[in-house]
Amino acid sequence: MSARANTNTGGGWLGLYVLAYLVFLYLPVLLIPLFSFNNSIQAAFPLQGFTLDWYRTLYGNPALSGALANSLVIGVIAAFGATLCGITVSYMDLYGRSPLAATIGAIARLPILIPGVIVGISLLILVNLIGIGPSRVSIVLGHILVALPTTVVVMRSRFAAIPKTIREAALDLGASDWTTFRRVMLPLSAPAVLSAFMLSFLISFDEFIVVFFLAGTEPTLPLYIWSQLRFPRSLPTVMALGTVILTLSFIIAGTAEILRHRGLGAARRNPA
Amino acid sequence: MGSSMSSTIVATRPLPENRISPVFRLAMLLPGGLVTFFLILFALGLVVLLAFRGNDGSLLGVGLTAQNFITVATDPLYWTVTLRSLVIAGLVTLATVVTAYPVAYYLAFHAGRRRNLLLFLVTLPFWTSYLLRVFAWKIVLAYNGVLNSAFIESGLWKEPTLAFLNTPAAVVVTLAHAYAPFAILPIYVALDTIPKSLLEAASDLGARPFTSFRRVVLPNSMPGVLAAALVVFVPTVGDYVTPAMVGGPASTMIGTLIQSQFGKANDWPFGAALSVCVMLVILCVVLLARGADRRFGSRT
Repeated sequence: MSARANTNTGGGWLGLYVLAYLVFLYLPVLLIPLFSFNNSIQAAFPLQGFTLDWYRTLYGNPALSGALANSLVIGVIAAFGATLCGITVSYMDLYGRSPLAATIGAIARLPILIPGVIVGISLLILVNLIGIGPSRVSIVLGHILVALPTTVVVMRSRFAAIPKTIREAALDLGASDWTTFRRVMLPLSAPAVLSAFMLSFLISFDEFIVVFFLAGTEPTLPLYIWSQLRFPRSLPTVMALGTVILTLSFIIAGTAEILRHRGLGAARRNPA
Repeated sequence: MGSSMSSTIVATRPLPENRISPVFRLAMLLPGGLVTFFLILFALGLVVLLAFRGNDGSLLGVGLTAQNFITVATDPLYWTVTLRSLVIAGLVTLATVVTAYPVAYYLAFHAGRRRNLLLFLVTLPFWTSYLLRVFAWKIVLAYNGVLNSAFIESGLWKEPTLAFLNTPAAVVVTLAHAYAPFAILPIYVALDTIPKSLLEAASDLGARPFTSFRRVVLPNSMPGVLAAALVVFVPTVGDYVTPAMVGGPASTMIGTLIQSQFGKANDWPFGAALSVCVMLVILCVVLLARGADRRFGSRT
C-alpha cells in the first residue's frame, strides 16, 4: 500500500525531471538541423530565413563523396568482422566451457576500459610494425576492435535468452555442434545478429577518436567533417551534412533497437 | 546459479563439453582469438615496450630506458595536465551519474507503459556521432553563437561574452552531455533487478519512503552506479577531441598530450609512456571501484 502511495507522490516531479533531462539531451543536437536550414553563415539567433542552399553544396563535392564512400565500405566490412567476432566469442563464452573461450570473452570486453586515444596509438604502432601502415585496412581493424564490446554484449544477451533446453535437445537428437549452431542457435538469434551488424556499422560510421590515428590519405566522413571545422565558412555545410548523418543514425539505431528485442517471445514460447 | 540447476537436470547425459569437436572449437575461437590476442593484447604490449625505449625516430625506438617515466614524474607540466584530466573526468563522472540516477530510478519504478519508449529515447543519442555532439556545443557556446545571441535577442545582456567557450567548464559540460547516455543504462539495470519484495518488506516493516530508498534501494543499486561511473570516467579521462573543440589552451588534457606525441611532437616512446601512465591510473580507479563494489555487496 505505502509503496503504491510512494509511486504517486514521487512520480510527478520525477516525470518532469526526466522530461527536462530529455530536453537537455536532445536540444543541443537538434540545433544542428535547425541552423542547417538557416540562411546565414553564423549559427546564431535571430534566424535569418529558410534555405536549402547548404544542402545543395553537398552535391558535386568530390572530397565529400570520396569520404562517404570510404565510410560506407569501411563500415560494412568492419561491421561484418565485429559481428562475426561478437557471435563466435559470445557463443563460445557461453557454451564452449573452456578457460580459453572465457578468457577471449573477457578480453573482448576490455576495450571499454581503454580510452580511445590509447586504442588508436596502440593500433598505429601495430599496423606500422606489420607493414600496412595507416590505411583503410587499418581503420577496419580499429573499428572491429571499437565495435567488439557492443556486438559481444548484444549477442551474449541474446544467446543467453534462448532456453538451454533447445540447444540440449538438438545435441541429444544427434545434431553436431556445427549443425546445432548453424541450424538452431543462429536462426533463433537472427534479429540480434542483424541488430549487432547495424550497431557496429553505426559505430564505425560515426567513429572519430581511433580513426584519427589510422587514416592514410583517404579520410572517412568524420575526418572530413573535422577537416572542415577549421573553416568558419564551411560550418553551414557541416551542419547540413551533420543533419543527414544524424537522421540516418536515428533510423539505423531505431531499427536495430527494435530488432534486438524482436522474436525473443517466440524463442521462449517454443519449448513449451 | 542457473547453470548449476540445469546441470543437475542433464547429469544423466554425457556433458555437451565432451562432444565439442576440436575443429568446431578452433573455427569458433579463431576470429575472436585473433582480435583479442593480436589487436588488443599484443598491441597493448607494444605500447608498454615502446614506453621503455628511447626516441631515435625509428618505429620501435632504441635501447632500454626509464627516462620517459622519469620525465613524466619530474616535469610539473605533466602533473598539472594529469591532475586537470582527473579533475575534469571526475567532475564529468559525478555530474553524469548524479543527473542520470533519477532518470534511471524513474525508468525502473515509475515509467509504466512508457518505459520502453523512454529507454529507447535516452539510449538513442549514444548511437549518434560523438563528433557532431561536441560540434553542437561549439555552436552553442561560441562568441557569436547560439547562447550569446539568444541572450542578446531576449535583452538579458547587451554584449556577447567570451566566458563560455575555451574554458575547462565548457569541457565539463560538453563531455557530461556527450556521455550522459552511458550512465543511465547500468544504473537502470541495477535498479530494475532489485526484487520488488525487498521494497515491500521495507515498507511493511514501517520504513518511510526516504529511509527505504537510503537503506534498501541506494545500496542495492551501487554496483550499477559504480559501473556507470567507470564507463563515463574511462573515455573522458583520455579524451582529446572535446578539449580541442571547446576547451582552449587552458583545458589541455592528457589525451591531447598523447595525441600530439604521435603527431606534431613526434616522440612515440614518450607518448607510449604517457599512455601507460593513463592505463595505470584507470587500473587504480577500476580497483577502487571493485573494492567499493565488494564493500556495498557484503553489506546488503
